[in-house]
Amino acid sequence: MNEAKCSWLGLIFSPVVLVQIRFILIQNRAGKTRLAKWYMQFDDDEKQKLIEEVHAVVTVRDAKHTNFVEFRNFKIIYRRYAGLYFCICVDVTDNNLAYLEAIHNFVEVLNEYFHNVCELDLVFNFYKVYTVVDEMFLAGEIRETSQTKVLKQLLMLQSLE
Amino acid sequence: MPAPIRLRELIRTIRTARTQAEEREMIQKECAAIRSSFREEDNTYRCRNVAKLLYMHMLGYPAHFGQLECLKLIASQKFTDKRIGYLGAMLLLDERQDVHLLMTNCIKNDLNHSTQYVQGLALCTLGCMGSSEMCRDLAGEVEKLLKTSNSYLRKKAALCAVHVIRKVPELMEMFLPATKNLLSEKNHGVLHTSVVLLTEMCERSPDMLSHFRKLVPQLVRILKNLIMSGYSPEHDVSGISDPFLQVRILRLLRILGKGDDDSSEAMNDILAQVATNTETSKNVGNAILYETVLTIMDIKSESGLRVLAINILGRFLLNNDKNIRYVALTSLLKTVQTDHNAVQRHRSTIVDCLKDLDVSIKRRAMELSFALVNGNNIRGMMKELLYFLDSCDPDFKADCASGIFLAAEKYAPSKRWHIDTIMRVLTTAGSYVRDDSVPNLIQLITNSVQMHAYTVQRLYKALLDDISQQPLVQVASWCIGEYGDLLVSGQCEEEEPIQVSEDEVLDVLEGLLVSNLSTPVTRGYSLTAIMKLSTRFTCVPKRMSRIKKVVSIYGSSIDVELQQRAVEYNALFKKYDHMRPALLERMPIMEKTGTNGPAEIVQTNGETESTILDTKHLPNITQPASQANDLLDLLGGNDVVPVIQTTVPTKPASAGGELLDLLGDLSLTGGPTPTPAPSVPMSQPPFLLDGLTSQPLFNDIAAVIPPMTAYNKNGLKIEFTFERSNPNPNIAVITIHATNSTEADMTEFVFQAAVPKTFQLQLLSPSSNVVPALNQGSVTQVIRVLNPQKVRCYCEPRPHSASYRSRSSEISPFILKHLQ
Repeated sequence: MNEAKCSWLGLIFSPVVLVQIRFILIQNRAGKTRLAKWYMQFDDDEKQKLIEEVHAVVTVRDAKHTNFVEFRNFKIIYRRYAGLYFCICVDVTDNNLAYLEAIHNFVEVLNEYFHNVCELDLVFNFYKVYTVVDEMFLAGEIRETSQTKVLKQLLMLQSLE
Repeated sequence: MPAPIRLRELIRTIRTARTQAEEREMIQKECAAIRSSFREEDNTYRCRNVAKLLYMHMLGYPAHFGQLECLKLIASQKFTDKRIGYLGAMLLLDERQDVHLLMTNCIKNDLNHSTQYVQGLALCTLGCMGSSEMCRDLAGEVEKLLKTSNSYLRKKAALCAVHVIRKVPELMEMFLPATKNLLSEKNHGVLHTSVVLLTEMCERSPDMLSHFRKLVPQLVRILKNLIMSGYSPEHDVSGISDPFLQVRILRLLRILGKGDDDSSEAMNDILAQVATNTETSKNVGNAILYETVLTIMDIKSESGLRVLAINILGRFLLNNDKNIRYVALTSLLKTVQTDHNAVQRHRSTIVDCLKDLDVSIKRRAMELSFALVNGNNIRGMMKELLYFLDSCDPDFKADCASGIFLAAEKYAPSKRWHIDTIMRVLTTAGSYVRDDSVPNLIQLITNSVQMHAYTVQRLYKALLDDISQQPLVQVASWCIGEYGDLLVSGQCEEEEPIQVSEDEVLDVLEGLLVSNLSTPVTRGYSLTAIMKLSTRFTCVPKRMSRIKKVVSIYGSSIDVELQQRAVEYNALFKKYDHMRPALLERMPIMEKTGTNGPAEIVQTNGETESTILDTKHLPNITQPASQANDLLDLLGGNDVVPVIQTTVPTKPASAGGELLDLLGDLSLTGGPTPTPAPSVPMSQPPFLLDGLTSQPLFNDIAAVIPPMTAYNKNGLKIEFTFERSNPNPNIAVITIHATNSTEADMTEFVFQAAVPKTFQLQLLSPSSNVVPALNQGSVTQVIRVLNPQKVRCYCEPRPHSASYRSRSSEISPFILKHLQ
C-alpha cells in the first residue's frame, strides 16, 4: 500500500509522455486516403489538414531522400510501395529504423492476407484493412510482430463472418 | 423499400464518377437512402449501411448521423455487426461527443463475453479511443483480462492498460500486481506488450522506476536468449529473431539504467554483446544497433563501451543506406558535446557527408562539422566548409555563413587568414549573410590594425567586380570611407598594391549611391563614406566641390535617413567646416559587445594611443587644435593634447569610452545641434579616472576653493565654482555658470577646454547652449579635472555668436595655485 501511495505522489511531478505513434496513413500519389488510423485526438478539420500536409511533404521526396521527414514537432517515417505511401507519425526521439521495419512487416502481412495486394484490394476491403492494423498496432504501439500469428488470427476472424 | 445496395456496388459506382460534382451527387443520393433506411430501424441491413457510410466518411464526406447506428450495431449479437459497429465507433466517435459514453456499458459486457474475439474487439476499441471516464469505469475489467491465461487477450489487455494509464495516470498502481509475472511469459507477443507496459509505467513514475529496477537481470536474460537462440520461424526477420522485442527491451533497459550505477553495471556485458554480434548487413540489424547505441549513451556506461558506440556510429556513416547515415549524424550531434574526442576521429567521414544529396543529411553534417572545429583542424575544415558554402542550397547559406564567422573568430590562426576567409564568405554568399554580421565584421576589421591596407584593397577589388551583395557592399564602403587614404597611397604590404586614384574611388562610391541594387542602408553607408573621404583625401577644390555636390543632391532625397545625413553633412560643409576634420576622423578600435563570445577588450595604453597619434599625421585635426596650441605654447613648451572630437555622427555606437579615458575626454557639447547623438563622450561614469594613478593629488583635502569669475567681458560673465568630487577626492569638479547681460541671447554657446597631456579632463553636458539675455538665466556646465602632477591649466571660454570671434583670453594664473 505504501508503494502505491508513493507511486501516486510521484505521478504529480513526472512529465506527460505522449503516445508513440500518433497516426498511420496510407495514401496514394494523388492524395486519396486509403486508410487513416488516429491514435490521438484531432478535430475533423485538423485531420484533413494533417492529411493534406503529409501528402504535400511526402510526395515531393524521391529516392535520394531519406525515409524520415521532420514534420511539425514530430517525425514521419514513410515508405513508398508502388503507388501508395505508408506513413507512420512518431515522436522525434523514436527509433526510425525500427519503425521502418514495422511498416515493412505490416505490408508483408497485407500482401499475404490479400494474396498479392494491390490498391483496389485496400479500397474494396477497407474494413478488413482496419482489422489488420488493429491486429498489429494498438494504442499507438506495436502489438504483434509475428506475421504467422497475425495471419492466423485474421483467418479466424474471417471465418466468423 | 428495395434492399440497399451492397458495399461493393457502391464503391464501384463511386469510382466510375468522373468529376467531383458527379461523385458528390452519388454520395448524396446514397446518404439519403441510408438515412431513410436508418429511420425504418431495419436490423438486417444496418451493418451494410453503416459500412457504406464509413466508406463515404473515408472519402471525406460528413457522416455524423451514423453515430447512433454504430452503437446499435455494437449492442447486437452478431459478430459482423459488432465488428462494423466498433470500427464505426473508432472512426466516427471520439471523446468530445457525449454519445460515446453510451458505449461504456456495451464494452463492459463485451469484455466479459465468452468469445475471445469479441473481447478482443472491445479491448481494441477501448485502447484506441477510450476517454478518461470510460477508462476509469473499465479499468478493473482490463486488469482482470491482464491476468488471464489467454495470450491473445493478454496482449491486447496490456496495450489497453497502456492507454488507460496515459489517460488516467492515477490508475497506474492498479496494474502493478498484474505485472508481477508478465515477464516470465514465453509468448513473444505478450512479452513485447508487457515490456511496453513496463516502459510506460517507468516513464511516468520515478517510484515505479525504482520498483522495476530489480527486473534488470531478468530483462538481460531474456535479451540474451533472444540473441543466442537459434532460428525461430515465427518471429524471425531477415535472420534476426524478433528484432522488435529486442529494440523494446533495449529501450526499457535504457530507462532503467539511466542515472543508476548498479543497473548500468549489470547491462554492460549484454550491451557489448549485442553491439558486436548483431549482423549489420540489413536495416534490421542496424535498427537494433542504433537502439543499443542510444542506450549506451544514456546510461552510465564505462568508457570502453562508449567508444564502441561511437565507432558503431562511425561505421553507420560509411553505410550506403542514407537512412542509416542520417540516423548516425543525428546521434553524433547529440553526443559531440560529451564525447568530443571520440567523434573527432570520424571527422573526415562527417565532412564527406556535406556532399550528400539529401538535404537533411547535409544540414546535420554541417551542424556537426561546426561542432567539431577546433584550433588544430581549422584550416582544413574551413576549406571544406567554404566549398560547401559555394554549392549548398540558399536555405543553408545564412546558417553556414554565420557558423563560419563564429568558427573563424574563435580559431583563426592568423589575421590575414581571417580576413581572407571573411572576404571569401562575403563574395560567395554575400547576400545571405545575416544583417547583424556586418557590424561584427566591421569591428573585426578595425581590430586587425596592420591589415587595414590589405583589407581595404581587397574589398575595393571585390566591389569593382560585383555590387549586388549588400553586406559585402556595406562593409566595403565603410572600409573605403575609413581607410581610403591607405587605398590610394598604395601601401599594402601583404599584396601587390593596386594603383587607384581618388577620383576612381569616388566614382565607385557614387555608383553605389545611384545603383538600383543598393538598399537604403547601403546608400547610407556610401554617403557617409564619401563624406569621410573629404577629409582623408587631399583637399583639391574640384574634389571637394564634387563631394559637396553629391551631398547636397541627397539633401532632398525621399528616403528620410539619407536626407537627414545629407542635410547634416551639408551643414558641416557650410557652417562647421572647421569641425569637419575632427568629426570625420579615424574611428577608434571598437570594443566588442559581449554577445559574440569572449569580448576582446582593446588594451589601451600603448597601442591605442599610438594609433590615434599616428592618424594625427593626416591633415585633418589641426583646425580647432591650432588655436589651442598657440595658446598653450605660452605655458612653456608643455606638449598638448589637442581637442579631439571623437563623436562620429552616423556609426553604430562604438564603445569609444574606454579609449577616451586616457586621452582626456573632451566633448564638444551642445555644439552644432543637427549632429545626432554625440552620445558616447557625454557619459559620466567614474571609470574615467578611477583606474589611473592614485597619487594623492590634493594634499589639502579640506581646503575649499572659493568661487571666482573667470571671464567677464562684453556682457558675458563666466563663473567657476569648485568642489571635490565625492567618490574620488582627487577629482576637482568645476561648475561654470555663464550669464549674459547683453540684450541679445547668445546662441550656440560652447565651452571648450584644453589641457596638457598630464591632465585628465571631462566636460559634461551643459544645461543648454543658449545663454538668455539680460541675465534671465544661466548656462551651467560641469567640468571634472584630474591633476596628477599639479601642473597649471588654463581655461579658455570661446563663445560663438556673430559678434564674437574665436577669441582667446587668458585667465589669471592665480586659479592654478588653488588647484595645486
